[in-house]
Amino acid sequence: MIAALVLLVLVGGWEAVVRLGGVDPLILPPPTDVLVALWEDRSLLAPDLWTTTYEVVLGLAAAVVAGAALGVAMHLSPALRRALRPLVIGSQAVPVPVIAPLVILVLGFGLAPKVLLVALVCFFPITINLYDGLRSADPDARRLLRSLQASRWQSLRLVEAPAALPSAFTGLKVAAAVAVIGAVFAEWAGAESGLGRVLITANGQLATARAFAATLLLFLLAIALYGACALLERRVVDWIPRTEPGGP
Amino acid sequence: MQREAGVELDAVDKAYGAVQALRGVSLSVAAGEIVALVGPSGCGKSTLLELVCGLGAPDAGTVRAGAAALMPQRDALLPWPSALDNAGLALRVAGVPRARARTLAHEHFTAFGLEGFERARPAALSGGMRQRVAFLRTLLAGRPVLCLDEPFGALDALTRLQMQRWLAGALAREPRTVLLVTHDVEEAVLLADRVVLLSPRPGRIVETLDVALGRPRERDDLAVVELREHALRVLGADEAGAPSESGA
Repeated sequence: MIAALVLLVLVGGWEAVVRLGGVDPLILPPPTDVLVALWEDRSLLAPDLWTTTYEVVLGLAAAVVAGAALGVAMHLSPALRRALRPLVIGSQAVPVPVIAPLVILVLGFGLAPKVLLVALVCFFPITINLYDGLRSADPDARRLLRSLQASRWQSLRLVEAPAALPSAFTGLKVAAAVAVIGAVFAEWAGAESGLGRVLITANGQLATARAFAATLLLFLLAIALYGACALLERRVVDWIPRTEPGGP
Repeated sequence: MQREAGVELDAVDKAYGAVQALRGVSLSVAAGEIVALVGPSGCGKSTLLELVCGLGAPDAGTVRAGAAALMPQRDALLPWPSALDNAGLALRVAGVPRARARTLAHEHFTAFGLEGFERARPAALSGGMRQRVAFLRTLLAGRPVLCLDEPFGALDALTRLQMQRWLAGALAREPRTVLLVTHDVEEAVLLADRVVLLSPRPGRIVETLDVALGRPRERDDLAVVELREHALRVLGADEAGAPSESGA
């Protein structure tokens, strides 16, 4: 409720500032123009939204697979941990706009480079949060499993992996929120459709309202992805009691 | 599973870094005997149980013990499985299929006063019920030796009394070799055949009391009171000026 109110005030202020002549609508279109553009260009934007959604979901899925494998591998093997940690951390220092053209050059204009770049942006929070979560398992429970002569695999499956889930979901939600960034940069570097490409062409044509409409869709896409992950988390991690927002 | 059911410690030393936990501890527990280990906090009681459960090796001396199941301090129940699955954890680790493990665990639920709470998560159970689930899990490990590490330390006084009585009954029905670590002298005298008094760190055996009393025992039995007071004197409760029973 309060979010809607805050949004209303912000958007209302924005509209007022532009309408009262403070800003050139070509630079900052008023929200109503953005909504009009969104409606009028809907048949144009829909396939682009679909393309980007597809890329982001696939990239996020790839990041989950890669991140889970990396997190578990680093947890199980100290040697792998030492070998991979600098690479994993360093990967986040790579500026996506810089390597995106290189990736496109190698992998072409198709889906693969987009998925790869989204995965590159997303796997880090998943890997690190999963890894930390795996280490957070109750030491008493671990000792218990050892006293039962549980195998490494049993200990992972019965104790460490479930204990890591809440933290892993935090990583997934962060990844879901930033995933669209990877897709947009990948599309800027070369794409036939997608909201990132809409942004580039709209900017070139000074169609700022349409650029903002595309941005609004990216914004909604990130929120929807985050919401889907949060919903999944509630279903999977159902043993942790949650305090409702606004509660004590 | 080993056939022997006794426990034999001979001149055992154990240190963690600079901290000498145990020094020259020799202890012989016959099959089916209940031995309580009582001493001040940090006297190496838990260390002794870990050695018996094979979670560590002594620095000097020898430890020979039948296969032992550990009930760690603070029940170490897993928060995500149901009470039934927590109770059956040792069976699952031993390779018993889930459905069979549930059936075997459920056979004890009525006797353990857990009827109706099969599907409850540990967070929804009272402290006493959690301890009973943890004890059932320990029992279902199917090992001749039980190592109970302050099983009732976290309970309120009234629940603790009920649980002591309940444990005495459960052990009468399912006789095992038991090593019971506690800081509660009265609990030791009520439950054990023998009470071993340990010194502050490094833990040494100060005195061993034979509790040649019939069962069930009541806490106000004269013989129980006498043994309790004797043990407290040996442990130096008088000198400290305060009883050490409720120390953490």
